[in-house]
Amino acid sequence: MTLTKLRGRARSDKIFVTFAEAVADIQDGSTVIIGHFGGPGGMPMLLLRALRDHGARDLTIVGNTAGIGVVFGAKRDALRIDPGVLVENGQVSKAIVSYPIAPGASQPNPLEEGFKAGTIDIEMNPQGILAERIRAGGAGIPAFWSPVGVGTVVSEGKETRTIDGKEYILEHAIKGDFALVRAHKADKAGNLVYRGNMRHFNVTSATAARVTIVEVDEIVELGELDPDKIITPGIYVNRIVCRPKQFRGK
Amino acid sequence: MKQKLDRNTIALRVAREFRDGDVVNLGAGIPTLCSNFLPEGRKVWLHSENGVLGYGPLAGPDEQDPNLINAGTQFITSTPGISFFNSADAFNMIRGSHVDITVLGGFQVSEKGDLANWILPGRGSGNVGGAMELVTGAKRVIVAMEHTTRSGEPKLVKECDYLLTGKACVDLVVTDLAVIQVTDEGFLLLEAAPGYTPDDIQCVTGAHLSVSEKLKEVQI
Repeated sequence: MTLTKLRGRARSDKIFVTFAEAVADIQDGSTVIIGHFGGPGGMPMLLLRALRDHGARDLTIVGNTAGIGVVFGAKRDALRIDPGVLVENGQVSKAIVSYPIAPGASQPNPLEEGFKAGTIDIEMNPQGILAERIRAGGAGIPAFWSPVGVGTVVSEGKETRTIDGKEYILEHAIKGDFALVRAHKADKAGNLVYRGNMRHFNVTSATAARVTIVEVDEIVELGELDPDKIITPGIYVNRIVCRPKQFRGK
Repeated sequence: MKQKLDRNTIALRVAREFRDGDVVNLGAGIPTLCSNFLPEGRKVWLHSENGVLGYGPLAGPDEQDPNLINAGTQFITSTPGISFFNSADAFNMIRGSHVDITVLGGFQVSEKGDLANWILPGRGSGNVGGAMELVTGAKRVIVAMEHTTRSGEPKLVKECDYLLTGKACVDLVVTDLAVIQVTDEGFLLLEAAPGYTPDDIQCVTGAHLSVSEKLKEVQI
Protein backbone atom coordinates (compact mmCIF):
# COMPACT_ATOMS: atom_id res chain seq x y z
CA MET A 1 0.00 0.00 0.00
CA THR A 2 1.33 3.43 -0.87
CA LEU A 3 1.55 6.26 1.62
CA THR A 4 -1.04 8.24 -0.32
CA LYS A 5 -3.48 5.41 0.13
CA LEU A 6 -2.63 5.19 3.82
CA ARG A 7 -3.30 8.88 4.31
CA GLY A 8 -6.56 8.57 2.46
CA ARG A 9 -7.97 6.03 4.93
CA ALA A 10 -10.74 7.00 7.28
CA ARG A 11 -9.43 7.26 10.84
CA SER A 12 -12.07 4.82 12.03
CA ASP A 13 -10.96 2.24 9.49
CA LYS A 14 -8.41 0.44 11.65
CA ILE A 15 -8.33 -2.98 10.03
CA PHE A 16 -5.39 -3.73 7.74
CA VAL A 17 -5.45 -6.89 5.66
CA THR A 18 -1.72 -7.52 5.42
CA PHE A 19 1.13 -7.02 7.86
CA ALA A 20 3.14 -5.38 5.07
CA GLU A 21 0.63 -2.56 4.58
CA ALA A 22 0.34 -2.02 8.34
CA VAL A 23 4.07 -1.16 8.58
CA ALA A 24 4.48 0.46 5.14
CA ASP A 25 4.97 4.02 6.43
CA ILE A 26 7.60 3.27 9.07
CA GLN A 27 10.41 5.52 7.90
CA ASP A 28 14.16 5.33 8.36
CA GLY A 29 15.16 6.82 11.71
CA SER A 30 11.87 6.00 13.45
CA THR A 31 11.58 5.04 17.11
CA VAL A 32 9.69 1.78 17.33
CA ILE A 33 8.44 0.41 20.66
CA ILE A 34 8.17 -3.37 20.51
CA GLY A 35 5.72 -4.86 23.00
CA HIS A 36 7.16 -8.18 24.17
CA PHE A 37 8.93 -9.78 27.11
CA GLY A 38 11.31 -12.38 25.74
CA GLY A 39 9.45 -15.59 24.98
CA PRO A 40 7.02 -16.23 22.13
CA GLY A 41 3.97 -15.31 24.24
CA GLY A 42 2.86 -11.77 23.50
CA MET A 43 5.47 -11.26 20.77
CA PRO A 44 4.25 -9.36 17.65
CA MET A 45 6.12 -11.79 15.43
CA LEU A 46 4.41 -11.18 12.13
CA LEU A 47 4.68 -7.39 12.49
CA LEU A 48 8.40 -7.81 13.23
CA ARG A 49 8.80 -10.00 10.16
CA ALA A 50 6.94 -7.45 8.05
CA LEU A 51 9.14 -4.61 9.35
CA ARG A 52 12.23 -6.67 8.53
CA ASP A 53 10.95 -7.22 4.98
CA HIS A 54 9.97 -3.54 4.71
CA GLY A 55 13.59 -2.68 5.52
CA ALA A 56 13.37 0.72 7.30
CA ARG A 57 16.84 1.47 8.71
CA ASP A 58 18.52 3.52 11.43
CA LEU A 59 15.75 2.50 13.82
CA THR A 60 15.72 3.09 17.56
CA ILE A 61 13.99 0.10 19.06
CA VAL A 62 12.51 0.17 22.56
CA GLY A 63 11.60 -2.96 24.50
CA ASN A 64 12.69 -5.48 27.10
CA THR A 65 15.07 -7.25 24.69
CA ALA A 66 16.53 -6.62 21.27
CA GLY A 67 16.28 -10.32 20.56
CA ILE A 68 18.01 -12.83 22.79
CA GLY A 69 19.46 -15.06 20.10
CA VAL A 70 16.87 -17.76 20.41
CA VAL A 71 13.28 -17.45 21.48
CA PHE A 72 13.31 -18.96 24.94
CA GLY A 73 10.25 -20.81 26.10
CA ALA A 74 9.30 -21.65 22.50
CA LYS A 75 7.81 -24.99 21.61
CA ARG A 76 9.54 -26.76 18.77
CA ASP A 77 6.75 -26.00 16.30
CA ALA A 78 6.40 -22.33 17.35
CA LEU A 79 7.44 -19.35 15.27
CA ARG A 80 10.85 -18.16 16.36
CA ILE A 81 10.83 -14.46 15.57
CA ASP A 82 11.89 -11.74 18.01
CA PRO A 83 13.31 -8.18 17.68
CA GLY A 84 16.65 -9.79 16.83
CA VAL A 85 15.48 -10.14 13.21
CA LEU A 86 15.71 -6.35 12.84
CA VAL A 87 19.15 -6.20 14.46
CA GLU A 88 20.44 -9.07 12.34
CA ASN A 89 19.18 -7.30 9.23
CA GLY A 90 21.18 -4.15 10.05
CA GLN A 91 18.10 -1.98 10.66
CA VAL A 92 18.84 -0.91 14.24
CA SER A 93 21.17 1.88 15.35
CA LYS A 94 20.03 2.17 18.96
CA ALA A 95 18.33 -0.16 21.43
CA ILE A 96 16.63 1.08 24.59
CA VAL A 97 16.43 -2.17 26.52
CA SER A 98 16.69 -4.05 29.80
CA TYR A 99 17.76 -7.54 28.73
CA PRO A 100 19.95 -6.95 25.66
CA ILE A 101 22.34 -9.89 25.45
CA ALA A 102 22.07 -13.67 25.17
CA PRO A 103 22.44 -15.26 28.62
CA GLY A 104 25.39 -17.46 27.57
CA ALA A 105 28.62 -15.64 26.70
CA SER A 106 29.46 -18.34 24.15
CA GLN A 107 26.68 -17.25 21.79
CA PRO A 108 26.66 -13.46 21.41
CA ASN A 109 23.52 -12.21 19.71
CA PRO A 110 23.62 -9.65 16.86
CA LEU A 111 23.04 -6.77 19.29
CA GLU A 112 26.06 -7.63 21.41
CA GLU A 113 28.17 -7.96 18.27
CA GLY A 114 26.92 -4.59 16.98
CA PHE A 115 27.53 -2.99 20.38
CA LYS A 116 31.11 -4.29 20.46
CA ALA A 117 31.71 -3.16 16.88
CA GLY A 118 30.38 0.30 17.76
CA THR A 119 27.56 0.25 15.22
CA ILE A 120 24.72 -0.03 17.74
CA ASP A 121 24.16 2.07 20.83
CA ILE A 122 22.61 0.41 23.90
CA GLU A 123 20.65 2.43 26.48
CA MET A 124 20.36 0.14 29.47
CA ASN A 125 17.35 0.30 31.82
CA PRO A 126 16.21 -1.55 34.88
CA GLN A 127 13.22 -3.49 33.54
CA GLY A 128 10.53 -1.81 35.65
CA ILE A 129 11.97 1.62 34.90
CA LEU A 130 11.74 0.82 31.20
CA ALA A 131 8.09 -0.18 31.68
CA GLU A 132 7.43 2.99 33.68
CA ARG A 133 9.23 5.25 31.16
CA ILE A 134 6.96 3.85 28.45
CA ARG A 135 3.90 4.19 30.69
CA ALA A 136 4.85 7.80 31.44
CA GLY A 137 5.27 8.44 27.71
CA GLY A 138 1.70 7.36 27.12
CA ALA A 139 0.39 9.20 30.16
CA GLY A 140 1.76 12.69 29.44
CA ILE A 141 4.24 12.57 32.33
CA PRO A 142 7.62 13.87 31.04
CA ALA A 143 9.80 12.44 33.82
CA PHE A 144 9.58 10.92 37.29
CA TRP A 145 11.73 10.35 40.40
CA SER A 146 12.82 6.74 40.77
CA PRO A 147 14.41 4.90 43.72
CA VAL A 148 15.87 2.19 41.46
CA GLY A 149 19.60 1.94 40.82
CA VAL A 150 20.76 4.61 43.28
CA GLY A 151 24.50 4.11 43.82
CA THR A 152 24.86 2.01 40.65
CA VAL A 153 25.73 2.82 37.02
CA VAL A 154 22.03 3.56 36.45
CA SER A 155 22.35 6.87 38.32
CA GLU A 156 25.44 8.03 36.38
CA GLY A 157 24.87 11.31 34.55
CA LYS A 158 21.29 11.66 35.81
CA GLU A 159 19.74 14.32 37.98
CA THR A 160 19.16 13.23 41.57
CA ARG A 161 17.09 14.63 44.40
CA THR A 162 16.61 13.79 48.05
CA ILE A 163 12.96 13.45 49.02
CA ASP A 164 12.08 12.69 52.67
CA GLY A 165 15.72 11.78 53.29
CA LYS A 166 15.99 9.26 50.46
CA GLU A 167 17.82 9.68 47.15
CA TYR A 168 15.97 9.43 43.83
CA ILE A 169 16.99 9.51 40.15
CA LEU A 170 15.17 11.48 37.46
CA GLU A 171 14.03 9.13 34.69
CA HIS A 172 12.54 10.47 31.47
CA ALA A 173 9.48 9.25 29.59
CA ILE A 174 9.79 7.42 26.28
CA LYS A 175 7.55 8.05 23.30
CA GLY A 176 7.59 6.14 20.07
CA ASP A 177 6.75 6.98 16.50
CA PHE A 178 5.29 3.49 16.20
CA ALA A 179 4.42 0.70 18.62
CA LEU A 180 4.18 -2.94 17.56
CA VAL A 181 1.83 -4.73 19.93
CA ARG A 182 0.47 -8.25 20.34
CA ALA A 183 -2.96 -8.94 21.79
CA HIS A 184 -5.38 -11.87 21.65
CA LYS A 185 -8.53 -10.29 20.18
CA ALA A 186 -9.55 -6.87 18.93
CA ASP A 187 -12.91 -5.48 17.98
CA LYS A 188 -13.20 -3.14 15.01
CA ALA A 189 -12.70 -0.10 17.27
CA GLY A 190 -9.35 -1.45 18.44
CA ASN A 191 -10.47 -2.48 21.92
CA LEU A 192 -8.11 -5.26 23.02
CA VAL A 193 -8.23 -8.34 25.20
CA TYR A 194 -5.24 -10.49 26.07
CA ARG A 195 -4.62 -14.12 27.08
CA GLY A 196 -2.58 -15.41 30.03
CA ASN A 197 0.47 -13.26 30.73
CA MET A 198 0.83 -11.73 27.24
CA ARG A 199 0.09 -8.24 28.61
CA HIS A 200 3.61 -7.61 29.99
CA PHE A 201 5.00 -4.70 27.88
CA ASN A 202 2.13 -4.73 25.37
CA VAL A 203 -0.40 -2.79 27.44
CA THR A 204 1.92 0.15 28.14
CA SER A 205 3.56 0.08 24.69
CA ALA A 206 0.14 0.47 23.08
CA THR A 207 -0.29 3.85 24.79
CA ALA A 208 3.07 5.44 24.06
CA ALA A 209 3.38 5.84 20.28
CA ARG A 210 2.00 8.15 17.64
CA VAL A 211 0.83 5.08 15.68
CA THR A 212 0.01 1.84 17.48
CA ILE A 213 -0.18 -1.29 15.33
CA VAL A 214 -1.63 -4.45 16.86
CA GLU A 215 -1.32 -8.09 15.82
CA VAL A 216 -4.21 -10.30 17.00
CA ASP A 217 -5.61 -13.80 16.63
CA GLU A 218 -9.12 -12.60 15.86
CA ILE A 219 -11.02 -9.42 14.97
CA VAL A 220 -14.64 -9.30 16.12
CA GLU A 221 -17.62 -6.97 15.66
CA LEU A 222 -18.32 -4.05 18.01
CA GLY A 223 -20.20 -5.32 21.05
CA GLU A 224 -18.72 -8.82 20.93
CA LEU A 225 -16.01 -8.14 23.51
CA ASP A 226 -17.20 -8.00 27.11
CA PRO A 227 -16.49 -4.36 28.09
CA ASP A 228 -15.55 -5.55 31.58
CA LYS A 229 -12.72 -7.62 30.07
CA ILE A 230 -11.24 -4.97 27.75
CA ILE A 231 -7.71 -4.13 28.94
CA THR A 232 -6.64 -1.70 26.19
CA PRO A 233 -9.40 0.66 25.07
CA GLY A 234 -9.42 1.39 21.35
CA ILE A 235 -8.46 5.04 21.90
CA TYR A 236 -4.83 3.85 21.93
CA VAL A 237 -5.03 1.69 18.81
CA ASN A 238 -4.60 2.88 15.23
CA ARG A 239 -4.18 -0.30 13.21
CA ILE A 240 -5.21 -3.93 13.68
CA VAL A 241 -3.98 -6.89 11.66
CA CYS A 242 -5.27 -10.44 12.09
CA ARG A 243 -2.89 -13.40 11.98
CA PRO A 244 -3.51 -15.95 9.24
CA LYS A 245 -5.24 -19.11 10.50
CA GLN A 246 -2.13 -21.25 10.77
CA PHE A 247 -0.45 -18.84 13.22
CA ARG A 248 -3.41 -18.11 15.50
CA GLY A 249 -2.97 -18.79 19.20
CA LYS A 250 0.77 -19.43 18.81
CA MET B 1 31.54 -36.71 55.97
CA LYS B 2 31.45 -33.33 54.27
CA GLN B 3 28.42 -32.86 52.04
CA LYS B 4 27.78 -29.75 49.93
CA LEU B 5 24.19 -28.83 49.17
CA ASP B 6 23.22 -29.41 45.53
CA ARG B 7 21.20 -26.78 43.65
CA ASN B 8 17.87 -28.39 44.52
CA THR B 9 18.77 -28.60 48.21
CA ILE B 10 19.78 -24.91 48.23
CA ALA B 11 16.36 -24.11 46.72
CA LEU B 12 14.63 -26.35 49.27
CA ARG B 13 16.44 -24.57 52.13
CA VAL B 14 15.52 -21.14 50.74
CA ALA B 15 11.88 -22.17 50.36
CA ARG B 16 11.74 -22.93 54.09
CA GLU B 17 11.97 -19.15 54.62
CA PHE B 18 8.59 -18.61 52.94
CA ARG B 19 5.76 -17.95 55.39
CA ASP B 20 2.06 -18.52 54.82
CA GLY B 21 0.66 -15.72 52.66
CA ASP B 22 4.05 -14.42 51.45
CA VAL B 23 4.35 -12.91 47.98
CA VAL B 24 7.66 -14.21 46.60
CA ASN B 25 9.55 -13.29 43.44
CA LEU B 26 12.13 -15.78 42.14
CA GLY B 27 15.06 -14.75 39.94
CA ALA B 28 16.72 -16.88 37.27
CA GLY B 29 18.96 -19.85 38.11
CA ILE B 30 18.78 -21.64 41.47
CA PRO B 31 15.96 -19.31 42.69
CA THR B 32 13.43 -20.59 40.09
CA LEU B 33 13.91 -24.10 41.51
CA CYS B 34 12.24 -22.87 44.72
CA SER B 35 8.86 -23.03 42.96
CA ASN B 36 9.14 -26.82 43.11
CA PHE B 37 9.70 -26.87 46.89
CA LEU B 38 6.97 -24.65 48.32
CA PRO B 39 6.40 -25.57 51.97
CA GLU B 40 3.37 -27.79 52.47
CA GLY B 41 0.42 -26.24 54.24
CA ARG B 42 1.49 -22.66 53.43
CA LYS B 43 -0.01 -20.62 50.61
CA VAL B 44 2.84 -18.79 48.90
CA TRP B 45 2.02 -16.38 46.08
CA LEU B 46 4.69 -16.53 43.40
CA HIS B 47 5.08 -13.23 41.54
CA SER B 48 6.86 -12.63 38.25
CA GLU B 49 7.93 -9.43 36.46
CA ASN B 50 6.14 -10.39 33.27
CA GLY B 51 2.81 -9.94 35.00
CA VAL B 52 1.65 -13.00 36.90
CA LEU B 53 0.86 -13.58 40.56
CA GLY B 54 -0.06 -16.97 42.01
CA TYR B 55 1.60 -19.41 39.63
CA GLY B 56 2.55 -22.98 40.53
CA PRO B 57 5.45 -25.34 39.86
CA LEU B 58 7.24 -25.44 36.49
CA ALA B 59 5.14 -27.05 33.76
CA GLY B 60 5.78 -30.52 32.43
CA PRO B 61 6.35 -31.14 28.71
CA ASP B 62 2.63 -31.79 28.06
CA GLU B 63 1.26 -28.65 29.72
CA GLN B 64 3.29 -25.88 28.02
CA ASP B 65 1.45 -22.67 27.16
CA PRO B 66 3.49 -19.77 25.65
CA ASN B 67 1.22 -17.36 27.53
CA LEU B 68 1.96 -18.96 30.89
CA ILE B 69 5.65 -18.37 31.61
CA ASN B 70 7.81 -16.81 34.31
CA ALA B 71 10.30 -13.97 33.82
CA GLY B 72 12.99 -16.54 32.99
CA THR B 73 10.63 -17.60 30.15
CA GLN B 74 10.18 -21.05 31.66
CA PHE B 75 6.76 -22.64 31.27
CA ILE B 76 4.82 -22.51 34.54
CA THR B 77 1.50 -23.86 35.80
CA SER B 78 -1.58 -22.07 37.01
CA THR B 79 -3.00 -22.37 40.54
CA PRO B 80 -6.41 -21.27 41.88
CA GLY B 81 -6.31 -17.51 42.50
CA ILE B 82 -3.77 -16.74 39.75
CA SER B 83 -3.95 -13.23 38.23
CA PHE B 84 -2.40 -11.52 35.22
CA PHE B 85 -1.35 -7.89 34.74
CA ASN B 86 1.15 -5.84 32.74
CA SER B 87 4.82 -5.29 33.59
CA ALA B 88 4.36 -1.70 34.75
CA ASP B 89 1.90 -3.03 37.36
CA ALA B 90 4.23 -5.92 38.18
CA PHE B 91 6.93 -3.37 39.04
CA ASN B 92 4.52 -1.11 40.94
CA MET B 93 4.04 -4.14 43.20
CA ILE B 94 7.81 -4.51 43.57
CA ARG B 95 8.78 -0.84 44.06
CA GLY B 96 5.70 -0.21 46.20
CA SER B 97 6.89 -2.86 48.72
CA HIS B 98 4.04 -5.28 48.14
CA VAL B 99 6.46 -8.17 47.54
CA ASP B 100 7.59 -9.89 50.76
CA ILE B 101 10.62 -11.86 49.58
CA THR B 102 12.79 -11.91 46.47
CA VAL B 103 15.25 -14.72 45.84
CA LEU B 104 18.05 -13.79 43.45
CA GLY B 105 21.23 -15.34 42.11
CA GLY B 106 24.51 -13.56 42.78
CA PHE B 107 28.01 -13.06 41.41
CA GLN B 108 29.19 -11.32 44.59
CA VAL B 109 27.70 -10.27 47.94
CA SER B 110 29.65 -7.90 50.18
CA GLU B 111 29.69 -7.90 53.97
CA LYS B 112 27.67 -4.67 53.83
CA GLY B 113 24.96 -6.46 51.87
CA ASP B 114 25.84 -4.99 48.46
CA LEU B 115 24.86 -7.29 45.60
CA ALA B 116 26.47 -7.67 42.16
CA ASN B 117 24.53 -10.03 39.92
CA TRP B 118 24.03 -8.61 36.44
CA ILE B 119 27.26 -7.94 34.59
CA LEU B 120 30.50 -9.90 34.46
CA PRO B 121 33.70 -7.95 33.86
CA GLY B 122 34.98 -8.33 30.34
CA ARG B 123 31.61 -8.83 28.67
CA GLY B 124 30.89 -5.11 28.18
CA SER B 125 27.15 -5.46 28.64
CA GLY B 126 24.80 -7.47 30.80
CA ASN B 127 21.13 -8.14 31.42
CA VAL B 128 19.89 -6.15 34.38
CA GLY B 129 16.26 -7.26 34.00
CA GLY B 130 14.18 -6.66 37.12
CA ALA B 131 16.92 -7.24 39.71
CA MET B 132 17.48 -3.56 40.58
CA GLU B 133 13.80 -3.03 41.33
CA LEU B 134 13.63 -6.23 43.35
CA VAL B 135 16.52 -5.28 45.63
CA THR B 136 15.07 -1.78 46.01
CA GLY B 137 11.48 -2.73 46.78
CA ALA B 138 11.18 -6.26 48.15
CA LYS B 139 10.88 -6.40 51.94
CA ARG B 140 13.46 -9.20 52.21
CA VAL B 141 16.26 -10.08 49.77
CA ILE B 142 17.64 -13.63 49.79
CA VAL B 143 20.57 -14.57 47.56
CA ALA B 144 20.91 -18.22 46.50
CA MET B 145 24.26 -19.02 44.91
CA GLU B 146 27.34 -21.26 45.03
CA HIS B 147 29.74 -20.25 47.80
CA THR B 148 32.66 -19.77 45.35
CA THR B 149 33.17 -19.29 41.63
CA ARG B 150 34.07 -22.29 39.47
CA SER B 151 37.74 -21.40 39.90
CA GLY B 152 37.32 -21.32 43.70
CA GLU B 153 37.26 -17.53 44.25
CA PRO B 154 35.04 -16.39 47.15
CA LYS B 155 31.71 -14.85 46.12
CA LEU B 156 31.13 -13.50 49.64
CA VAL B 157 33.55 -10.57 49.78
CA LYS B 158 34.51 -7.41 51.67
CA GLU B 159 33.72 -5.17 48.69
CA CYS B 160 32.14 -6.15 45.36
CA ASP B 161 34.42 -5.42 42.43
CA TYR B 162 31.76 -6.17 39.82
CA LEU B 163 29.18 -3.50 38.92
CA LEU B 164 26.50 -3.33 41.60
CA THR B 165 22.85 -4.30 41.37
CA GLY B 166 22.10 -2.59 44.68
CA LYS B 167 23.77 -1.28 47.83
CA ALA B 168 23.18 -2.66 51.32
CA CYS B 169 20.20 -4.70 50.17
CA VAL B 170 20.89 -8.39 50.95
CA ASP B 171 19.38 -9.93 54.10
CA LEU B 172 20.26 -13.63 53.81
CA VAL B 173 22.61 -15.72 51.66
CA VAL B 174 22.10 -19.44 51.12
CA THR B 175 24.99 -21.28 49.43
CA ASP B 176 26.06 -24.87 48.91
CA LEU B 177 28.05 -24.56 52.15
CA ALA B 178 26.17 -22.25 54.48
CA VAL B 179 23.28 -20.05 55.49
CA ILE B 180 24.62 -16.59 56.28
CA GLN B 181 22.80 -13.55 57.56
CA VAL B 182 24.00 -10.07 56.59
CA THR B 183 24.02 -7.97 59.77
CA ASP B 184 25.18 -4.43 60.56
CA GLU B 185 28.41 -6.07 61.76
CA GLY B 186 28.89 -8.14 58.59
CA PHE B 187 28.39 -11.84 57.80
CA LEU B 188 26.91 -14.08 60.50
CA LEU B 189 27.10 -17.85 59.97
CA LEU B 190 23.77 -19.39 61.00
CA GLU B 191 23.95 -22.86 59.47
CA ALA B 192 26.70 -24.99 57.96
CA ALA B 193 26.47 -27.81 55.41
CA PRO B 194 26.85 -31.32 56.89
CA GLY B 195 30.44 -31.97 58.03
CA TYR B 196 31.66 -28.38 57.50
CA THR B 197 33.20 -26.41 60.38
CA PRO B 198 33.09 -22.61 60.62
CA ASP B 199 36.83 -22.62 59.79
CA ASP B 200 36.19 -24.62 56.60
CA ILE B 201 33.66 -22.01 55.52
CA GLN B 202 35.78 -19.03 56.60
CA CYS B 203 38.59 -20.35 54.36
CA VAL B 204 36.46 -19.88 51.22
CA THR B 205 34.81 -16.63 52.36
CA GLY B 206 36.41 -13.31 51.38
CA ALA B 207 35.36 -11.38 54.49
CA HIS B 208 35.17 -12.03 58.22
CA LEU B 209 32.54 -14.55 59.25
CA SER B 210 31.06 -14.25 62.73
CA VAL B 211 29.59 -17.48 64.06
CA SER B 212 26.14 -17.55 65.59
CA GLU B 213 25.87 -18.91 69.14
CA LYS B 214 23.05 -21.04 67.79
CA LEU B 215 25.06 -22.41 64.85
CA LYS B 216 23.54 -25.63 63.50
CA GLU B 217 23.68 -27.96 60.53
CA VAL B 218 21.64 -26.73 57.55
CA GLN B 219 18.00 -27.36 58.36
CA ILE B 220 16.07 -28.96 55.50
